[in-house]
Amino acid sequence: MEGRAATEREVRGLTRRLPAWVLGLVPLLLIAAAIGAFAALDGPGVAKRTGPPVEELAVEKTVLKPGVIEVTVRNDGPDPVSIAQAQVNDAFVEFVGADKPIGRLASATVSLRQPWVEGEAYDVTLLTSTGGTISHAIPVAAPTPSANLSFYGLMALLGLYVGVIPIALGMLWLPWIRRIPPAWLRAVMALTVGLLAFLAIDATLEGFDVAGKGSQAFGGTALVLIGAVVAYLALTGVGAWLADRRAKASAARASGAQLSLLVAVGIGLHNLGEGLAIGTSYATGALALGVFLVVGFALHNTTEGLAIVAPIAHDRPRWRRLVMLGLVAGAPAILGAWIGASAFNSSVAAFLFGVGAGAIVQVIVQLASSLRDGQGRTLHPVAVAGLLAGMALMFATGLLVSV
Amino acid sequence: MAKLTRRGVLGASVPVLGAGVVALRGVASPGDSAVADAQAADGHAGAMASGASAGHASGGHAGFRGGRTVDSAANGFDPREVVRDFDWGATRRLPNGRVLREWELYAVNHEIEVAPGVSFEAWTYNQRVPGPTLRAREGERLRVTFANGSNHAHTIHFHGIHPAEMDGVPGVGAGQIEPGGKTVYEFDALPAGLHLYHCHVRPLAEHIAKGLYGAFIIDPADGREDADELVMVLNGFDTNFDRANELYAANTIGFAYMDQPIRVLRDQLVRVYLVNVLEYDLVNSFHLHGNLFHYFPTGTSTTPSELTDTVMLCQGQRGILEWRFPTAGRFMFHAHQSEFTELGWQGFFEVCEPGQGRQLLCDLPMGEHG
Repeated sequence: MEGRAATEREVRGLTRRLPAWVLGLVPLLLIAAAIGAFAALDGPGVAKRTGPPVEELAVEKTVLKPGVIEVTVRNDGPDPVSIAQAQVNDAFVEFVGADKPIGRLASATVSLRQPWVEGEAYDVTLLTSTGGTISHAIPVAAPTPSANLSFYGLMALLGLYVGVIPIALGMLWLPWIRRIPPAWLRAVMALTVGLLAFLAIDATLEGFDVAGKGSQAFGGTALVLIGAVVAYLALTGVGAWLADRRAKASAARASGAQLSLLVAVGIGLHNLGEGLAIGTSYATGALALGVFLVVGFALHNTTEGLAIVAPIAHDRPRWRRLVMLGLVAGAPAILGAWIGASAFNSSVAAFLFGVGAGAIVQVIVQLASSLRDGQGRTLHPVAVAGLLAGMALMFATGLLVSV
Repeated sequence: MAKLTRRGVLGASVPVLGAGVVALRGVASPGDSAVADAQAADGHAGAMASGASAGHASGGHAGFRGGRTVDSAANGFDPREVVRDFDWGATRRLPNGRVLREWELYAVNHEIEVAPGVSFEAWTYNQRVPGPTLRAREGERLRVTFANGSNHAHTIHFHGIHPAEMDGVPGVGAGQIEPGGKTVYEFDALPAGLHLYHCHVRPLAEHIAKGLYGAFIIDPADGREDADELVMVLNGFDTNFDRANELYAANTIGFAYMDQPIRVLRDQLVRVYLVNVLEYDLVNSFHLHGNLFHYFPTGTSTTPSELTDTVMLCQGQRGILEWRFPTAGRFMFHAHQSEFTELGWQGFFEVCEPGQGRQLLCDLPMGEHG
């Protein structure tokens, strides 16, 4: 009894004398020691892998140039992969690139010599050193636009037409919503929330779709959810910080302006994703550009303009501020188109789609209070009708565009 | 109603004909030079110079990535030698005066490089694919001692005429030979013709496709006309185990006779012993450029069945081809299934003039013909 009490006292004394950071390191040092012991005992999975090599290559990007198909692959698996030979449509082809084994998470680009014909389908098969095959289908061959000035100009024009202009037009509803009675305004706000809810679902599904197609090494579809959580928390944190500052400056009237900025940011992130999709589709030749697309996006995104101005119906914002909101919401479409067409990476795109979805959900939460009627109800009949109408509107205009 | 596919729709609706023209024209210019430049920078300029004039390592044909070849030394066999390698075995006289011809064959797992950089865990007879081309004369007594040095049961099943217990199938005679086991197949060399041998253990497709096969030639008692004799075993490899071949070849290594054509003399009789053992595909074929050949199915008759330039063979089917090249130059031979051709099964005959002494005059630049 006596001895144990003494030991306890000693241990307690020791822990008090040691600095806190040392105590924080103790578990880490112990786990390092445990891993060391495991390795020293030649535990399985430390020094060498058992079983045959696992070869996983994901095709990240395909570029078609005259007479050449360029394929960029990323090693998704645990072992290095050597590309030994390549086939296009069941014929061996000459190629350059990937001379050395591709390490874990590393990527490589191979240029295959193939006199491909526009509009036809191609199957690219890479034969690894173990005889394994990685196949990639090019459903419709079309030359990849080279990233020169006129191409970026075209992408900017496209982003302008599907992003900035429709949103600016939508914001012209501002004088109208200023005149309508409060009950009507609540219906418009509900419509806005409905639009945003649709966009959140759309962005999530798009994100899953993109993530499923590319490399899974960085998390695949999990990136969409991570992006959403990150965006939601970041915007909530920024909102709370702004609220603190406002409390200090006792500026009471900034709430509507703040809300519309948040809406604009959320929609901006969504449009970044939209731009990515357009740019990528255009770059890979999967997008048939047409009047339909531009008209569809114009209608679709005009409603987003309404969503931005609804929270500031009773403010007197300056023109400069309105232009800024419009650009925050619309201009990312241009940026997205540039990125999508030149440096597309499915993992980054999936994350961005997730960020867009998370931002929109955060905006919906913020807007919810503005739906409340005189009795304090949020989901009153007018609000529900507005929500459903908003989703229906997005669904219908969304049918006009399928990227 | 025709089903409207996306390809069809796009093809019809894309009005940018110019882009298509650019794509087609571009084949000969910017893209090519990019690849060629990269290859030169890769340090494989030497390999390209021997193969091509325009920067194509394979002279415009389908081919493996430039500048690399299969390591024949590590494989233990070279298709350029296999094509003229006939294994006559060892002979001795039996007390009754007959010739006894003996071979020793063993089954062994052996990793081979089936294409530059692609390894394949083959099952082989005598560490080579195809196995040795066994050659005998009609009426001789043949004795093949078979030892199984691999970790799977195998047999040797010969085509030809022999007693049931020498058939090399499970459950009859010695049946399947377990790892470490040994047996002797003994029978008369009958009939004269071109035959083959292969393993007959289930799963059959796997045992054959992994490399357990070879040609088996029985010469007629009175021989055949003098000729430059070649053997070609048509095969393929399923490297990813999807029961379809990734590689096709004559004598295992695809494009081997593209890189180094088979040299023959002008006006000399060329005789090809052609055996198809290709697994997973229904048929295979042989097509000769710039000439026609006499075809002797299974080599059992001395009268050709036809004069043609293309023959089709199912698995196990074989025949003897005979012709003479009247002019020098390079002539292709390949499967007349284009897919097989471009997946490796193609080659060149290089017809040469006899020069001074034993020299051959045949170094024609590939570019003029390829």
